[in-house]
Amino acid sequence: MTKSRARAVQAMETSMAIELEIQLVAVVVAVACALSGVFLVLRRMALMSDAISHTVLLGIVLAFFLVRDITSPFLIAGAAATGVATVWLVELLRRTQRLREDAAIGLVFTALFSVAVILISRYAGSVHLDTDAVLLGEIAFAPFRRLEVNGLDLGPRTLWVMGGVLGLNVGFIALFYKELKLSTFDPGLAAALGFSPVLLHYAFMTLVSVTAVGAFDAVGSILVVALMIAPPATAYLLAESLRRMLLLSVAIAAAAALLGFWFAWIVDASIAGSMTSAAGVLFLAAFLLAPHRGIVAVQRRRRRQRWEFARLMLAIHLLHHEDTAASATENHEDHLGAHLRWDARFAQRVIREAEEEGLLRRSPSGVLHLTDQGRLAATQAMQV
Amino acid sequence: MNPLALLVPDYTLRVVALGAGMLGLVAGALGCFAVLRRQSLLGDAISHAALPGIVLAFLLTGAKNPLVLVLGAALAGWLGTLVVTLIVRHSRLPADSALGIVLSVFFGAGLVLLTWVQQMPTAAQAGLDTFLFGQAATMLAGDVVVITTLGSIALLAVAVFWKEFKLLTFDPEYGATQGLPMRSIDILLTTFLVIAIVIGLQTVGVVLMSALVIAPAAAARQWTDSLGVMVLLAAGFGAIAGVGGALLSGAAEHMPTGPTIVLSAMVLVMLSVSFAPRRGLVWDAVQRRRQRQQLRTDAVLADLHELAQHHKGAHAHDVTVLQMMRGSRTDVPRALGVLRSRGLADRDAAGGWYITEAGRDEITRPGGAGHGDEHGH
Amino acid sequence: MRDDVAIEINDLTVAYREQPVLWDVDLTVPAGVLMAIVGPNGAGKTTLIKSVLGLLKPAAGRILVHGRPYREQRRLVAYVPQRGTVDWDFPTNVLDVVQMGRYGALGWVRRTGRREREQALAALEQVDMVDYADRQISQLSGGQQQRVFLARALVQDARVYLMDEPFQGVDAKTERAIVTVLQSLREAGNTVVVVHHALQTVPEYFDWVTLLNVRLITAGPVAEVFTGENLRVTYGGRVPFHGSMPPVSQEQL
Repeated sequence: MTKSRARAVQAMETSMAIELEIQLVAVVVAVACALSGVFLVLRRMALMSDAISHTVLLGIVLAFFLVRDITSPFLIAGAAATGVATVWLVELLRRTQRLREDAAIGLVFTALFSVAVILISRYAGSVHLDTDAVLLGEIAFAPFRRLEVNGLDLGPRTLWVMGGVLGLNVGFIALFYKELKLSTFDPGLAAALGFSPVLLHYAFMTLVSVTAVGAFDAVGSILVVALMIAPPATAYLLAESLRRMLLLSVAIAAAAALLGFWFAWIVDASIAGSMTSAAGVLFLAAFLLAPHRGIVAVQRRRRRQRWEFARLMLAIHLLHHEDTAASATENHEDHLGAHLRWDARFAQRVIREAEEEGLLRRSPSGVLHLTDQGRLAATQAMQV
Repeated sequence: MNPLALLVPDYTLRVVALGAGMLGLVAGALGCFAVLRRQSLLGDAISHAALPGIVLAFLLTGAKNPLVLVLGAALAGWLGTLVVTLIVRHSRLPADSALGIVLSVFFGAGLVLLTWVQQMPTAAQAGLDTFLFGQAATMLAGDVVVITTLGSIALLAVAVFWKEFKLLTFDPEYGATQGLPMRSIDILLTTFLVIAIVIGLQTVGVVLMSALVIAPAAAARQWTDSLGVMVLLAAGFGAIAGVGGALLSGAAEHMPTGPTIVLSAMVLVMLSVSFAPRRGLVWDAVQRRRQRQQLRTDAVLADLHELAQHHKGAHAHDVTVLQMMRGSRTDVPRALGVLRSRGLADRDAAGGWYITEAGRDEITRPGGAGHGDEHGH
Repeated sequence: MRDDVAIEINDLTVAYREQPVLWDVDLTVPAGVLMAIVGPNGAGKTTLIKSVLGLLKPAAGRILVHGRPYREQRRLVAYVPQRGTVDWDFPTNVLDVVQMGRYGALGWVRRTGRREREQALAALEQVDMVDYADRQISQLSGGQQQRVFLARALVQDARVYLMDEPFQGVDAKTERAIVTVLQSLREAGNTVVVVHHALQTVPEYFDWVTLLNVRLITAGPVAEVFTGENLRVTYGGRVPFHGSMPPVSQEQL
């Protein structure tokens, strides 16, 4: 869905601030997905979101066969149920011990998806059960499907639905925060403490399914995966606590939604695709630039450490040979290189930096002498 | 006259079946390595990551030449695997998150490119459809040639670098200590996996290509404990699923080819997991049941023996006595029946049971029934 | 190329993030010894041998194997990793795994042949596993798996053997069998370095020992160096490096 198309449709309607409404929906969707996603990432179940996003099609199809009404909310219930069924089936396959978990996930979701596509082709071909819509979503249509109660326009329907879903997510996480945290990081202990991690697991997966189904309407299933994984993964690189990670995920998700929307609006491209790409860009930024874990930071630290350790080793070497007869030669700046097996340039730089740091001083003859500070640093470093 | 034409008179169907079969063969073989390395879903990630490559290839060349698009798909898919590896190696994110990110973000970027390029949403949808679901039904002989050529190269690579790929899959760290360039071998294997996947995208589509990477390999694993046999079997299963699925979908109405092929592969997996000798679930259950029965009959025989030893006078004993010794959970009459058929026990005119000479021998010989446990279980 | 010193390590420092896992280790391993590396969890024992094998990049230091950098001497060094590094459900048999030890010598593309098969069988003979040559590796017990890994290393015809906790979770009979093989390797003039977790067997199995806890505490003949005082220092729970940082846990290695 692009700006040009939205505008074309808008010409037929008179809604105010269409951009505002779309953005609102986008942010709500992104935040709801991110909240569920945090625990998916931490529990190493990220690809379950991919699996569920494909299998819900079957749930929708089966529910449709039951109620024969494409706009029925029963469809959402059916879709959510398949989410749980997916988890259950994967678990079943895994427990046979004949298949690994990742293979089980891949088999289950492709099988169910295939069944869904076949069912649609065979029995629902006449009804427009748009598989594209499920996979790709139509977020810009959101403002045009409004919730009307007693003739009163309450705003885009998607906003209400996703708002509810967001509320569910916030509520669930707030209510079961301690249990979620424990069962994520220490499931053994959780079970020992008496509450059932398995029950919580299935409850959580139900929440994920409901969230995913609600979000499909807006951004399509494949991009739900992006919103569930990328912002939490980005936050994972930046946060040191679960609370932090949740907060950061929300912020990053909202940022991705807004940035993506505006890019798509200006360039006239797919809004959902842009939101995903924005999430990807933010991830890349964190991957490279995160304070302790980012690539840049790690490289810098490695380089810094190399010199740091070298200086300390120099100090230790000086300490060892300080009071010996050979100290005049051993601690001479020209011979250091030979003894420590450093090449001349490396040795010179280390000596210079050590001098700047106040660890040693150079005598006119070229012999190096430890300062008190240097002696302290060397002794401390040798303390094990 | 082409012999195949006799089997499958419809030309289009023949082409599709051949192409799909070849596809299944190649994906099955290469999929073994992905599955064994626990990278089953790498196929899914590669499939999705290929989209921006396809769009860019089209953008740059302006042609819908299958080879060009495949090249674009391959480069993008390959880049995707590179990004996954980098993320895993240089951050604390687990592999599944890395796969999910690459899968969705690359696909999203591809979507942006597609809509931006096409500017007409309907056209965008149509192009996307074939990529997502495949358009096997319109496969041309030329497509089959491309699939076969590239697929053969991939298979040849597997044959040539067999021991390198095997070592990479089993113990890469050890390989590194032997001086073998494991990272390069990894890149090599991944490259051919990418090729195996992208040649199939236009046939079965994104979602389903990953199934062809996983299912034949998972099925083959159940039948053998040798990597070589596994790869051959997987290739075979993949080919069967491809041809069978294509023919089936051709025969029936409204059965899209891609999903039918996938379900055929699934059937093979389920059959293998259930019925394969030694690893199969059914086999396993039968074995265990047999073992339990054996234990039971052994225990009853031991009881008969003990009775014979303690009651020098009355040799035969009623069923109820034996039942009491074993407890209510054991089906003693059945065990007795088995023992009788094996000549280890017999019944006298009054209906009492006793142990025979052969039964006594069975108890006393080493490794025989008497060397299990006594009362209890 | 030096014959008398098998491994020479100078100023080896390996860091994990801000903390050193190995700090300024100077170690000379004479050729022909059977040496144990002992120390508490997190002492850097595995890190040490992985550094020798080039599997880890040190922050500082230099390692020589028989006088030359490890890169040039790979043929001389054989590695026996911990059992848990591999998925034993892999579809292959014992003989096949042992033959993998010859892949490095064969180089690219060349296949294993009769010669490699015979070498593998001979190695299996040495570890008393030749009857299991056709056995699927998932059916092996822990001790048998360990012996297969040892055979794989033997097939490399190396001069220096590095082993990571080979006796972990292994039955007594296997343990004795492995020790016998190691001792015969030493008799033949090879050098064997073993990361060892059970202190009580050190005097019985080894003639040389290295005590490690992030820093090298001491190294030398067991009779001289394996003393109560040295062990107290090694296992005393002292905090390494900058005073306030906790020791690195095993998982981070």
